[in-house]
Amino acid sequence: MVEGRDSILGRVREALGRPAQPDRGEDGLQGPARPRVYARPDFGGDPLDRFAEKLTAAAGTLVRIEAPDGVPAAVATYLGERNLPARMAIAPALRDLPWPESWEVRFGASAGGDRVGVTPCFAAVAETGTLVLLSGPETPTTLNFLPDHHLVVVRASQVVGYLEAVWEGLRDLPNGVPRTVNLITGPSRTADVEQTLQLGAHGPLGLHVILQMHGG
Amino acid sequence: MAAASLFRQRAAAALADPTLQAALARAQDGFVAKRARALGALPELERMREEACTLKDHVLANLDRYLESYEAQVVRRGGQVHWAPTREDACRIVIEICQRAGARLIAKGKSMVSEEIGLNAALEGAGLEVIETDLGEYIVQLAKERPSHIIAPAVHKTREQIAELFQRHHGYRERLTGVAELVADARMVLRERFLSADVGITGANFLVAETGSNVIVTNEGNGDLTCTLPRVHIVTAGIEKVVPTLEDATALIRLLGRSATGQEMTSYTTFSSGPRRADDRDGPQEYHVVLVDNGRSEMLGNRFRPMLRCIRCGACLNHCPIYAAVGGHAYGAIYPGPMGSVLTPILFPGGTDADLPNVCTFNGRCQQVCPVKIPLPDLLREHREIQYQRGITPPRQRWALALWGALVRHPRLYQILTRWVVGALGLAGRRQGSFRYLPFLGNWTAGRDFPAPQGPTFQAIWRKQERTRRNG
Repeated sequence: MVEGRDSILGRVREALGRPAQPDRGEDGLQGPARPRVYARPDFGGDPLDRFAEKLTAAAGTLVRIEAPDGVPAAVATYLGERNLPARMAIAPALRDLPWPESWEVRFGASAGGDRVGVTPCFAAVAETGTLVLLSGPETPTTLNFLPDHHLVVVRASQVVGYLEAVWEGLRDLPNGVPRTVNLITGPSRTADVEQTLQLGAHGPLGLHVILQMHGG
Repeated sequence: MAAASLFRQRAAAALADPTLQAALARAQDGFVAKRARALGALPELERMREEACTLKDHVLANLDRYLESYEAQVVRRGGQVHWAPTREDACRIVIEICQRAGARLIAKGKSMVSEEIGLNAALEGAGLEVIETDLGEYIVQLAKERPSHIIAPAVHKTREQIAELFQRHHGYRERLTGVAELVADARMVLRERFLSADVGITGANFLVAETGSNVIVTNEGNGDLTCTLPRVHIVTAGIEKVVPTLEDATALIRLLGRSATGQEMTSYTTFSSGPRRADDRDGPQEYHVVLVDNGRSEMLGNRFRPMLRCIRCGACLNHCPIYAAVGGHAYGAIYPGPMGSVLTPILFPGGTDADLPNVCTFNGRCQQVCPVKIPLPDLLREHREIQYQRGITPPRQRWALALWGALVRHPRLYQILTRWVVGALGLAGRRQGSFRYLPFLGNWTAGRDFPAPQGPTFQAIWRKQERTRRNG
């Protein structure tokens, strides 16, 4: 495939009027300089309220709880309202929460048969009501897409104003950017049949945020 | 000139098809209103467009460097980058990856580049089974058609037509009727295919040089299942998709969803970098990127470079009166609408419909709504100029243009002639107020009456006014 590479890069350099083998030492970029900080939608007020408002506008739902030990009760309420059984796949990262003995819970990835998945997140973005989830052994990606209902635990301290803050956080991770970064804004949807919005196309038809106001 | 008449034939058929007209009217209204709502509340819009434009121009001026650093980052994360100068190269590379992986079933996320390179036919020709998983693409695949819109492939289909397709292909006795039922049905049928697919192929809305990531922006979640469940993930992308950093990608993402569907963020925006990591519980074992040139490096070096800014949002299609009237299939090309009419003659220099650059009224809406400010009308005019220079423009049009050119170069003659013609027409049409037929204007008067001129020419009025002002 070396020929293809040389051919494309050669043609690109020719089009740009550069030498075929540019001098590696010289590092200056050509053309217009791109912005360092981009214009973005301005918003005021409490980021938590903005996050809740935008998430709801994208057909997600949200409940606020005080501390991490309230998560199982919040999950139980969601299941009860939708008549769902207490059977679910949970991200291993949430293993230590006080899950009831009577529930049928499994910690790990999803293979497609789960109705409910529960995961943490890396961050949440107030600008657009977006959740940021990273892949990893403790947080498998399949949990975000295969279950019919995706429940996400968000700590209030994880809510940032804009995506740019998330990127800075990602760069600080010891292993850098993981295999998958999912930005999730509401449940799965399609408008491919007559432009009519329908939730639950291939991914979850329900996206529920459990917003934990205090505690680590 | 056989190809030239094809657009007209297809357009005439499209205009006479009431089902298609109903589908088009619904789509147009929806897209335009949704975009207007999303952008109306955005005072930063003009600055965002300006900056996005600068960003893309910066990347294009340094494309070789960003491609190299992107490649290095993909490799660092355990992925492989393949370079495809032509469509044929791209298909061959993808087929080889699939064959090496011992693949039988390929799941595909929506990718216009894969349409451009004719990937499905190539894979099927190599004995592989391909399933499109975006609902719109799936519908189009079942119907053995092409997408008629770059972001809403099945926008030309009605619910009844889709129901009929599903009944036939899924082998049901009953026909489903509701939108919810149809979507649930596709979900069920495709879920099983996802879980058994060996290779997943997606496109890329952006490639991030800093991290070696490909970004896909979707709503259904099919793209994510496509790049997570199969053993191998292949990305097909044009070389112009690269951006330097995550912040640069973010600036374009803010414009993409708003311009396309009126969404501030789509449901899913996903950054994939390399194969699964050592301890991961899911994700593909192999990660390949196929970088496609297919005419792009040529555009980089000529007057069509601004077209490489395109982020494929579809806003120019949604706001084009021609697209709205005839739909995407009339263009007979992979990319329809204004952006398609600019791209097609370059990407497909052989079998291109010579009418494409000429089916434009130059009303300029496409340029007004373009998030990266591509001067689409100017680029279409460039194509017309090239056609004229190469002698593709039909003789009658050339004579008319030559005559017009001679007239406007002689203002005195022009004034005398127009005064005479306008005077004569005004006199002849005084009684009726309009003409049902005029010689040389048969195409115009076939569809509407030609109004009779009222009073003298604009230039005559202007001169009179100037005289009065100077004297008074």
